[in-house]
Amino acid sequence: MKFVIQVNEGPYQHQTADSAYQFTRAALARGHEVLRVFFYHDGVNNGTRLTSPPQDDRNIVSRWSALAAEHGLDLVICVAAAYRRGILDESEMKRLDKDAHNLAPGFRISGLGQLIEGVVLADRLVVFGD
Amino acid sequence: MSILHTVNKSPFEKNNLESCLRYAKNGSAVLLIEDGIYAALAGTAFEKAVVTAMSELDFYCLAPDMKARGFLESNMIDGIKLVDYAGFVDLTVEYEKVQAWL
Repeated sequence: MKFVIQVNEGPYQHQTADSAYQFTRAALARGHEVLRVFFYHDGVNNGTRLTSPPQDDRNIVSRWSALAAEHGLDLVICVAAAYRRGILDESEMKRLDKDAHNLAPGFRISGLGQLIEGVVLADRLVVFGD
Repeated sequence: MSILHTVNKSPFEKNNLESCLRYAKNGSAVLLIEDGIYAALAGTAFEKAVVTAMSELDFYCLAPDMKARGFLESNMIDGIKLVDYAGFVDLTVEYEKVQAWL
């Protein structure tokens, strides 16, 4: 079965990012296809590679990146939500004339249309939020 | 249409379980996750509402979230089924749609 996962909250604030990650892993382990994980609202904070938790804590961001590398996951960050919160990739850093970019490996920035398209193509949408 | 409703807040903190139970239709299911698991505990002020709803709805509780909060299966209302994340995935397949009450 094809899934789209929507994540509406940032890491280290609520359990949302952990629940969504555990669910995504379990769906893949069950042999399902995860077409896309869409990060919306504060969920875009799951995609900053500057996240540096203490060594004895899980790194929620790199955990997503590793899962994407392993399974070819499409991790999409909502563009409008991302720019508001300072999540930028290299090309947008240049366009917006900023001095840094911070998008984590495996993530890409795109529009809400990616969520709609995913929902049209998928059998199930599962939403995680606060 | 059969829907899997997920509830992630304690009924003592937010009213999303109450909202869910108002709208959930016969034959659907409620999965309690995160702080939602507090609704699965026996002996609370919400037990009666949950037991009443169980005549029309199947109730499930995410075991890792229950364990993380220090509760055992023996603390739960009789008839609520425990699932792990794989079981969560299976429920989303079994029901036609998933509605998160946030």
